[in-house]
Amino acid sequence: MSYWTIRRRDVLTGYLFILPQLAGVAVFVLLPVGMAIWYSLNDWNVFTGKQTFVGAENYAALADDPQLPKVLGATALFSGGVVVLNIALGLLLAVLLNRKFRGVTFFRTVFFSPVVVSVVAWTLVWGFLLQDNGGINGLLGGIGIDGPNWLQHGDTAMISVVFTQVVRSVGVNMVLFLAALQGVPGELYEAARIDGASSRSVFGRITLPLISPTILLTVIVTVVGALQSFAQIAVLTAGGPELSTTVLVYYVFQQAFKFNDIGYGSTLALMLLSFVMVLTLLQWQLRRKWVFYEE
Amino acid sequence: MTTRKLLGTVALVTAAALTACGAPATETANKAADAKLRMTVWTSNEAQLKLLNSIADAYKAEHPKVASITFESLPFADYNTTLTTQIAGGNAPDLAWMGDISKDLIAADALVGLTEPLKATEGWKYDDLVDSAAKEFSKDGTLYAYPFSNSPFALYVNTDLLAKAGQKIDPAKLTWDQVAAAGAAVNAKTGKAGFVVRDFDYKSWNTLATVWTGWGAQAWSADGKTCTFASPEMQQAFTFLHDAAFKTKAMPGPGVTADFFAGDAAFTVAQVSRSALLTGSFKFGLYPLPAGPKGKYSVIGQAGVGVLASSKQRDQAVDFLSYLSNPENAAKLAQFFPPPRKSLLTGAQLAANNKVLNAAQLQAAVVDQLPNAVTLPNHTSPAEIAQKGKTALDALWTASADIPAVLNSVCTAIQPVLAK
Repeated sequence: MSYWTIRRRDVLTGYLFILPQLAGVAVFVLLPVGMAIWYSLNDWNVFTGKQTFVGAENYAALADDPQLPKVLGATALFSGGVVVLNIALGLLLAVLLNRKFRGVTFFRTVFFSPVVVSVVAWTLVWGFLLQDNGGINGLLGGIGIDGPNWLQHGDTAMISVVFTQVVRSVGVNMVLFLAALQGVPGELYEAARIDGASSRSVFGRITLPLISPTILLTVIVTVVGALQSFAQIAVLTAGGPELSTTVLVYYVFQQAFKFNDIGYGSTLALMLLSFVMVLTLLQWQLRRKWVFYEE
Repeated sequence: MTTRKLLGTVALVTAAALTACGAPATETANKAADAKLRMTVWTSNEAQLKLLNSIADAYKAEHPKVASITFESLPFADYNTTLTTQIAGGNAPDLAWMGDISKDLIAADALVGLTEPLKATEGWKYDDLVDSAAKEFSKDGTLYAYPFSNSPFALYVNTDLLAKAGQKIDPAKLTWDQVAAAGAAVNAKTGKAGFVVRDFDYKSWNTLATVWTGWGAQAWSADGKTCTFASPEMQQAFTFLHDAAFKTKAMPGPGVTADFFAGDAAFTVAQVSRSALLTGSFKFGLYPLPAGPKGKYSVIGQAGVGVLASSKQRDQAVDFLSYLSNPENAAKLAQFFPPPRKSLLTGAQLAANNKVLNAAQLQAAVVDQLPNAVTLPNHTSPAEIAQKGKTALDALWTASADIPAVLNSVCTAIQPVLAK
């Protein structure tokens, strides 16, 4: 009997099919992660190229970094704000635009269009609008409100970065929710109506459970996206004022590329990676409790 | 499709994908002995690049071995980061312009010593260098970067705006208090800004040395080890700035942009080399910085050009640098960058190629200022000091700020970096 049985051939074919993707992941994901782990164990003088092995020193430095608690606080506030607002607003828009009325396509386009705008261009424009003498305060002034200096105070700066991020990206979640809503079978609504269910209980007992797989997906994607938001912070506030908008990913950039501390920057990057992994795993585990899959 | 065909297709796709990834790396460098020099600069000004290219062309004509000399313009805001990333990534340029990154590069022995080769170059006239200009880029008596630009900060005045607000100033006896008073009046009468410290933007606090030096303040001690940011002189200087931003409105507050060169402000503190931005849309005056409570003073911003030790064409790069900075070319560069050569430092010499400023202006604002000028604060780890200082100083820019407490917090933030 030949060595190449049908089963072995199938296995080989399968591996060959995933090989290009696997090679990409190995080169562009696994290798950099491995390098980051190595860098985190070294002190690297970028000007001379000299690397000195320091063991767990960079990890011990995490505990002594007086800025880190504030950075983690800002990260939690930013990510939490973005996720809650993005999901809530995305769902609200999807429900509102899931009806048939004149101009529905126009509104769907309007809410989705920021998604296709370059994030830097989008943020630069908002940077001008949010200045003390910018467009937002001009509008507020027109109706007799003395607007705050948005980007110069910790709380309003955080509101500003969350707001610009949510408005820019809510369109993606809106479209996903729209698709999910349109996938809910009409006969279920019909049956509920015949049974005399209120709109609220139809939404809570039929719509939400049936679109819960999409909610899980959007929550995971939005959490990961929020934790990786860099450009809007860099362009809009550069992490300020004080450390109020310095989120972890921006802090990684500062340490590694501004302060040239690649070792500590890599350690922080690995911490960020572990946060993303833990949060994603947690959501994946919790899905059994609340995600409804149609058999 | 048979299994064999299928396997063949998959293998081909994989090979194609991997080749696409690997192609640039496998290209070997041109083996010929031709040198290809690359120099990073932060200017993208066409006239300046044209001059640099013309000098490079003349050099290439004399040195056929040099195949190309490229000037790579990097954005100023990210210049240090980009240069450092290039160095760390093994793609360092052969020559580089440098500002506050120079201390780090010199401390790490990442630059080639220039004193010997420049002295050995015929006709270069090393003794012509102004000592104070060379100091910033020297260590233990060796020069590591040619200080091609020594540009004093000066006060630009929009005389049209002052006239509109009915304000007059006497440049010979000008003090900061008078500038603030006139600036506040311009703001009140025209809605335009009073005085603007260019590039400060409530972020780059080191530019405020152009003000606090007039109060006799310094960011840190002369040896760079001790923070002096909370000194009584610094408190007075920041009280002046804080009042200007929040009480008299002589200076635009945080988050307000006002570009002097677009006609939006009555005064600006900027380097003389910025005069290229004047478009002739308003009448202007250019004077030395106003006097502070401690009298007259001057501040310069310097830029140097050095050869990276990691360059594979070091000798060629040093040779090109000695050509670029020889007396003849230094005179050409002087139209944009105040030179470090005594022989070129007269108002008349500087005015020869300057289309915007006259000899008297250049004599007063450049030549007379250089001998006693102090530089902007410069230290190793400049980005970390700048960032930590900014984070602490942010608290100062509210109307009710506790100035001494904030200045103390700046010292708490930057002292560990200074002491490194």
